[in-house]
Amino acid sequence: MSYFNTLAFGIYPYVAMAILFIGSWIRYDREQYSWKASSSQLLEKEKLRLGSILFHIGILGIFFGHLFGLLTPVEIWHAIGVTAPMKQLVAMGAGGLFGLICFIGLTILIQRRLFNPRIRATSKKMDIVILFLLYAQLILGLISIGISAGHLDGHEMMKLMMWAQNIMTLDLVDAVENISSVHWIFKMHIMLGMTLFVVFPFSRLVHMLSAPVQYVTRQHQIVRKRFTR
Amino acid sequence: MKVRAQIGMVLNLDKCIGCHTCSITCKNVWTSREGVEYAWFNNVETKPGIGFPKEWENQEKWKGGWKRDAGGKLQLKIGGKLRVLANIFANPDLPEIDDYYEPFDFDYQYLHNAPDKKHQPVARPRSLITGQRMEKIEWGPNWEEILGTEFEKRKADKNFDDVVQKDIYGQFEKTFMMYLPRLCEHCLNPACVAACPSGAIYKREEDGIVLIDQEKCRGWRMCVSACPYKKIYYNWKSGKSEKCIFCFPRIEAGQPTVCSETCVGRIRYLGVLLYDADKIEAAANTPNEKDLYQSQIDLFLDPEDPKVIAAARKEGISDNWIKAAQRSPVYKIAMDWKVALPLHPEYRTLPMVWYVPPLSPIQTAAQAGHVGMNGVIPDLKSLRIPLRYLANLLTAGDEKPVERALERMIAMRAFKRSQQVDGVEDLDVLKQVGLTPVQVEEMYRYMALANYEDRFVIPTSHTTYAENAYDLKSSCGFSFGNGCGDGNNGVNLFGSQQIGVRQVIPVVVEE
Repeated sequence: MSYFNTLAFGIYPYVAMAILFIGSWIRYDREQYSWKASSSQLLEKEKLRLGSILFHIGILGIFFGHLFGLLTPVEIWHAIGVTAPMKQLVAMGAGGLFGLICFIGLTILIQRRLFNPRIRATSKKMDIVILFLLYAQLILGLISIGISAGHLDGHEMMKLMMWAQNIMTLDLVDAVENISSVHWIFKMHIMLGMTLFVVFPFSRLVHMLSAPVQYVTRQHQIVRKRFTR
Repeated sequence: MKVRAQIGMVLNLDKCIGCHTCSITCKNVWTSREGVEYAWFNNVETKPGIGFPKEWENQEKWKGGWKRDAGGKLQLKIGGKLRVLANIFANPDLPEIDDYYEPFDFDYQYLHNAPDKKHQPVARPRSLITGQRMEKIEWGPNWEEILGTEFEKRKADKNFDDVVQKDIYGQFEKTFMMYLPRLCEHCLNPACVAACPSGAIYKREEDGIVLIDQEKCRGWRMCVSACPYKKIYYNWKSGKSEKCIFCFPRIEAGQPTVCSETCVGRIRYLGVLLYDADKIEAAANTPNEKDLYQSQIDLFLDPEDPKVIAAARKEGISDNWIKAAQRSPVYKIAMDWKVALPLHPEYRTLPMVWYVPPLSPIQTAAQAGHVGMNGVIPDLKSLRIPLRYLANLLTAGDEKPVERALERMIAMRAFKRSQQVDGVEDLDVLKQVGLTPVQVEEMYRYMALANYEDRFVIPTSHTTYAENAYDLKSSCGFSFGNGCGDGNNGVNLFGSQQIGVRQVIPVVVEE
């Protein structure tokens, strides 16, 4: 089992992140014409509005929750006076809320993609695969809230945090040790999460890297010179 | 003064016969691809009608163009920047495919291979999106062709606003129609550029053509809503927006656009306009909508003025462009004679495609002598197409410029008629409309004869801003980016389908 843990939680994360970065880089560099949000709103509007807005609100909440929740060093939490049980409750509450919003949205989007004839006919395989991967990951995450409810001392959550931070600091041995004793649902959740990293550059997910934040400060009109010597 | 050059277009609606040649040739060249079957960079509408896409002129519905906010600042009608970003997950103002039409093709092959039957075989339509049978075609790009569909539906046309007794135009005796070919206006103050969150849309400095960088476009779809002319189309296959490119590869080589080149009625003109780029914002922000036409006219600079020429040279505009501006048919028609008017200036985008309003038959009452004549010029109220309707279309409701344009065209006809038939120079009629004989002779040459070399005065790209031809050797020419690749091939890791492969289920011949 420890070999498996080393492979899945010690080595796979690096492989996944390497594919994520290098894959996205190559795609951005070589295949920018394929870099897009790939919206299907033109072909169906009503369900997309409801589904997409709910999904995106939910997923953004979850994304930033994971980002800050997992990667903020313990010392900072201590400094601002947040104890592990407190943090776990907030994570369960906020995660549950955003997870539920996301779940409703994703359910609508999957229903739409599979059963609207126009959307189905114009879907790429990857569009459908990515929806189901996200759906599975979301359901695993929601189940894990129920498991967390069984031990509210924040100890289990600390292990997950330490794993993520050990991975980031290249502390592979500690990372695997931290993670090896958590519930298998969490392990599945992590493995699928890493798989999403692997799929990322090959799917429409890349559009999140192009979130147009610079639009806010940009001037309205853009004029391009053709050729400058 | 910051002088910039723009290639503008004039369409003489008085001569448009609605043959759709412009639309077809444009489609064949630019949009005969999967994903944009429904898109017409150029389409011809019969007016009055709600148009393509449905009710495109109704900006309460589609929120295209600009508005002045409470503080008198210019703002996109779809909202400020934060609202644009807030709507990025689902754009509330985006037309759906059915607002255009579901693209279709017919099972032509069935006409060849149908078995022996009692009835004649029929090529039935099928959707080009799903590939499935379409039992009924509900709408198309020229569904209202020559007053097709009932008046009850067509009268939703926004240009009927403030037209008195619009219901009488539903009567057979009172009905009227005109053609309106439409393409991207290549605006001076484009709303699509301002709405693009990725900054992919831009205006070219050297000729004013507005283009979408296909590599930079991320498919956020805000441009589709922001364009009040609904001339940006979302390609459902590539996930990018596309628009009229003003045939820039042809323009660069000094050739007219495909729509202009192939126009059998010779109604299109292409020419250079010089304008003052520093004044754009103020012009677009003119408080009263009815003054927008005048403030747009005021942007343009006289290409014969030595001060303008000097300023243009300072900006790096080459001499052949200045010479072209001096010979520009667009400047003559729109600025000198003022017979061409912008389409819906109230959208505040400062459009650069100009329209000569159509004359229409004088109603029977006038012929019977019941309508006042002003010399040879009839009271324009007796023209079949209501003045108010044309004013709503071309001058934000101000009837005076439309009146002037129509009167000048009638005066030109009257002058040439008396000259050619009666052999006399009727100078009174010219005085009445403020034209000189020289001007009218030129108007006649440009608008009636419309020779090729007069209609199209396009300077070729000057070497200082043309691409370096040596670097382009052995490259792929016009492509969607990625050099010779298009991001689509059978074994692509990034999972797209091949362009040009229609996902149509094969026809099954039923015995």
